[in-house]
Parts: sequence; C-alpha cells; structure tokens
Amino acid sequence: MTWAMFVQHTLNGLTLGSLYALIAIGYTMVYGILRLINFAHSEIFMLGAYFVFWGITLFYLPWALAMVAAVIVTASVGILVDRVAYRPLRDAPRISALISAIGVSFFLQNVTIVVFGALPRRVYRPAWLEDPILMGDVRVLPLTLFVPALSLLLMLGLVWIVYKTKTGLGMRAISKDIETSYIMGVPVNRIISITFGIGSALAAASGIMWALRYPQLQPVMGSIPGFKAFIAAVFGGIGSIPGAVIGGVMLGVIEIMAVAFFPDLAGYRDAFAFVLLIVILLLKPTGLMGEKLEDKV
Amino acid sequence: MHAKTKAILNLLTVAVLGLFLWWADDNLDGYQIQILNLIAVNIILALSLNLIYGFTGLFSLGHAGFMAVGAYVCSVLILAPEQKEMLFILEPAFGWVREAQAPFFVAVVAGGLAAALFAVVVGIPLLRLGDDYLGMATLGFAEIIRVLAINAPRITNGALGFKGIPDHANLYWNFGCCVFTLYVVIRLVASNSGNVFKAIRDDETAAKAMGIDVFRQKLLSFTIGSFFAGVGGALLASLLATIDPKMFTFVLTFNVLMIVVTGGLGSITGSVLAGIVITILLEWLRIVENPIYFGDWELQGIPGMRMVVFSLALICIILFRREGFMGKREFNWDWVARRFGNKAGRHAS
Repeated sequence: MTWAMFVQHTLNGLTLGSLYALIAIGYTMVYGILRLINFAHSEIFMLGAYFVFWGITLFYLPWALAMVAAVIVTASVGILVDRVAYRPLRDAPRISALISAIGVSFFLQNVTIVVFGALPRRVYRPAWLEDPILMGDVRVLPLTLFVPALSLLLMLGLVWIVYKTKTGLGMRAISKDIETSYIMGVPVNRIISITFGIGSALAAASGIMWALRYPQLQPVMGSIPGFKAFIAAVFGGIGSIPGAVIGGVMLGVIEIMAVAFFPDLAGYRDAFAFVLLIVILLLKPTGLMGEKLEDKV
Repeated sequence: MHAKTKAILNLLTVAVLGLFLWWADDNLDGYQIQILNLIAVNIILALSLNLIYGFTGLFSLGHAGFMAVGAYVCSVLILAPEQKEMLFILEPAFGWVREAQAPFFVAVVAGGLAAALFAVVVGIPLLRLGDDYLGMATLGFAEIIRVLAINAPRITNGALGFKGIPDHANLYWNFGCCVFTLYVVIRLVASNSGNVFKAIRDDETAAKAMGIDVFRQKLLSFTIGSFFAGVGGALLASLLATIDPKMFTFVLTFNVLMIVVTGGLGSITGSVLAGIVITILLEWLRIVENPIYFGDWELQGIPGMRMVVFSLALICIILFRREGFMGKREFNWDWVARRFGNKAGRHAS
C-alpha cells in the first residue's frame, strides 16, 4: 500500500467516523439522561436526509436553506417522538420504553415507505461536490474534507452548549440524578426535550452528509449506520459525549482500514461492528470513557 | 375441579383441534390452510420468546437468528442431494452438506437442537448483561448469523438461499409441534424451574440472595426457548418452501415480540390468543397493500401501510395497556366451570 493510498483511506475513515460520531452523540446524550436506547434514532437520521431532498425537489429551496429547514424539522420530529412515545413511560420499567422505541422506529420507517415509496432514490449532488481535489498523489472528493470539518464545528458547538450554558448544566445534572434535579428546580421535561432536539439535529446533519457522500436515499438507510453509531457510543462509553466522538471516529477508521487491508473480509464488514459490540460489552461494558453505572438494589 | 377431570378436558380439547384440522384439510382452500399453518408456527415462536422474556425477564432480540439456524439446518437435511446439486450455483456445497439427509421429524428436532447449541454458546457470555444491553447484544448476534449465512455459500448458498424445500410441514405437523410446545411450556412454567424463572424476572438480586444459581437458570430458560425458536424456524422453512438471509431480519423478531407483548408478558394464554389474532390480521392487512378494484375504479394499494398499523398498535399497547390483553392471567378450566355454573365446578374448590 502506498503512502497516498494510506492517506486516502485515513481521510475516508475520518469522514465515515465523523458521520458515526454525530449519530452516536444523540444515542449517548439520551442514554446518559434517561437510560434509554433510543432505537428510533436511526430513523431520525434517515428522515433528515429525506427532508432535505424533499425540500429541494418539492419546494425548490436552495441547498443551504433546505439543509437548515431539514435539520429544524427533524429536530422537531425527535422532540415529538419523546413527547408522545417516551415521556408517558418515564416511570415504567426501562424495557417498556425500549419496546416503544422499537415501535417508533418501525413506524417512522414504514411511514417513509408509504410517503416516499420503498425504492431507492438517487441523490443529485451539486456539481462542486463532484470534482475530486488533488493533493499530490492523494485524490479526494471535497466531501471527504468538508464532512469532518463541519462535524468538528458542530461538535464544538455542542461542547459549548453542554459545558457553558445553563441548559447544559441542567443536562449534566439530570444525567447524574434525575430526581434530585426535579427537587432542585431543574425544568426536567424541557431539558429532556432540548436534548432530544439537539441529538436529532446532529443526526439529521449526519444523514444529510451521508446522503451526499453515498448518494442514495432509502427508507431503511438508517438501520445499519444507526446501529453502528450505537455501537460506537457503547465503545466510547455510553453517556459520555467525548466517548461517543472518539468511538465513532475510531469505528469509522477501523472499518475502512479493515476492508482496505483485508479485502477478503469485505463481506463481513457489517458483522465486524456487532462482534466489536459483543466483545466490548463482555470485556469493558463501560467503554473507553464511561463511568460505571451501579446496580441499585 | 379434579386434576383428572381437567386432564380429560385438555385431551378433549386436543381431540377437537384434531377434528377441526381434519375438517379444515378437506374443506378450506390453500390460502386459509396456509394461514392456519402460520398461526401454529407463530404460536410456537411466541411461546418460546414468552418463556425467555415474559417468564424469565431476559430481553432477547435474537429470535430471528435462532430461527435462521433452525431453518437452515432443517432445509439442508430435507433437501435431496440432487436438489442441492442444482441449488448451489454460487459455489458447490461441501460434501457433507450435499450428502446430509434425515426424515422430516429428525430434521426439525435437529434444527431446534442446533439453535439450542447456539443459544448455549452465545448465552454463556451474553446472559451476564443487563436488560437493554442484552437486547442489543442478542440483536447483534442475529445480524452476525445473517452475515455469516450470506458469506458461507458452501453451506447456505449465500444470498440466494434455498428454493423448493420439500413441503412436509402440513397442518398436522405444525399443530402437533405447537401442542407439544404448549405442553412443555405449561409444564415447565408450573414446575419448580418455572417458579425460579419468575423469581429471577421479578427480582434478580433477591433470587440470588435466596441461593438460586441465577446464571444457570437463565441459561436453561434461554436454551429451551431458543430450541423452540429453532423448531419454529425449521417448520417455517418447510412451510414457505424457500428461505434466504433477507428473510431473517429484525422484522421477524419484531413480529414475534409484538405477539408476545400484545398477548401479555408472562401469559401463555395471551401468546396463543395473540398468535391467532395477529397472524390473521397480518394476512388480512395485506389487502391495504394491494390495489383494490371496485368495478373499473381502482384504489391503489399502499405499500408499507401494514407495518405502520402494526407498529402504531405496538406503541399504543405499550403506552396504554402495558400488561397486554391477558396480563399474567391464564386460561383455566375452573374459571370456565364457574362461568357456566356447572355443579362440579362449584363444589370442588
């Protein structure tokens, strides 16, 4: 393998990894606060992609506007899902909320099939995204540079919200102890809604970039990336935002590198992440950065 | 009511079921018989998941994986060597795959045993995990099985799967297996093991404190449940006559989970009733996905509508009636006797 190819694979890995990381943040934030695996998160990712291209083809919105609108609409869907399907189950056994989430996931996926049809749709990329950039021997699509950069920007914004604003303080308080937060006057339900909104917005951003990178829309397109992002969140330590970012990037790079170095294993690409999940859960269930969750008796 | 009377009534019920099947075999059309067959298979699958999740509290989402194992093992055993020769076009089958042969009954049991073996192998590491993590890990297992099936063309014929699997699974086989599963699960749940399972479900820490070997009991329940999942998968393969890796996705597990949750977690009666009702609804709702004609006027079918309805139903049940239709209640002859006021029921307590 030449140096140029190595750089190219690394950049591809970083692109894929930052897309995983953006989704993983949503999983980890919701899990940190509610101890709920938001199964519908992968469908939120898918909806983000669909909304953009809906906005462009149906309402003739310009690209930038369509993206912003799609992110906002998707965030609202995320908040709505929490309000309707999860909030009534706050006091129920944890698995009830997970089953509800599985139901929501199937619901969103099939509503998309009903509205947009089940067939894959081609995504037309703007022309300036099609020409590869040459850097010496390294040939990369503009997206390969653009995606990690934008992802980094979004993550910095998130860090600012979580560590510098009052809302972020509320989030951190709830994830430590939800009942005490109630007593201390934290507007718990509003903060949970905001959390779902932020997580969904990041997933939508990831979905849009995913659709530009792999230009095809499909109602089931969210399942595999969503699941891998969940695995990335567990890998990094569920509940920890830096963990989700590191886990996502690492998973993306490992996945691309594994296929690049062992092309024979390409068929097992999708199984790799699941094996990783099982290994992490067995050896270090708290992940790289996670805190230990105690069993309450 | 005396235990003897109940046993006679149970036998009578089975006899009535047998008579009904005998009548159905001659008088119903192929489609209706197919629905009856699916009901039997779905009841087996629901009972097996209910044993694992409803009675022992192990949130397993790996059902599709165990079904796939059962289906593939059974198909390989009942397909004739010449058929397999024709089927394996991607790569020739291994010699032992081509030559493997067994009668249908043995093949179904082998499917179940293979699934049980997988359950032991994945159960030993995974059952240490807590509820939602266990769900995700078992879901991961099911996906791994699917990827393996695609990537092992010399055993499974890869993405193409098998066609023309002999259709041995008729009404009698399916309902025979169904009644057998029902019998085993009822006896198991009523036994001391059943009490231990429920103790683990209700409070694992307390069960451990009472001296129960929690891990061993969990593994027992998981293995028995997976055995029946494998049996269900084997019957399904012979019933549908064609299998491929795409069939064993998460949707399959979702359908079984929906039946169990709707019927009531920890209610055998609930699983049976929901198995019947939901299988019929699943078929009946196919209507909305196909075009309907009123004379010349065509109402277009809506693909995907069926799962929209079902996922919505699942959400509503979880939100408004979490215990399902039956809760933890069971069908009981005493109740029937009281209800219809016969003397025997009133005098015995």
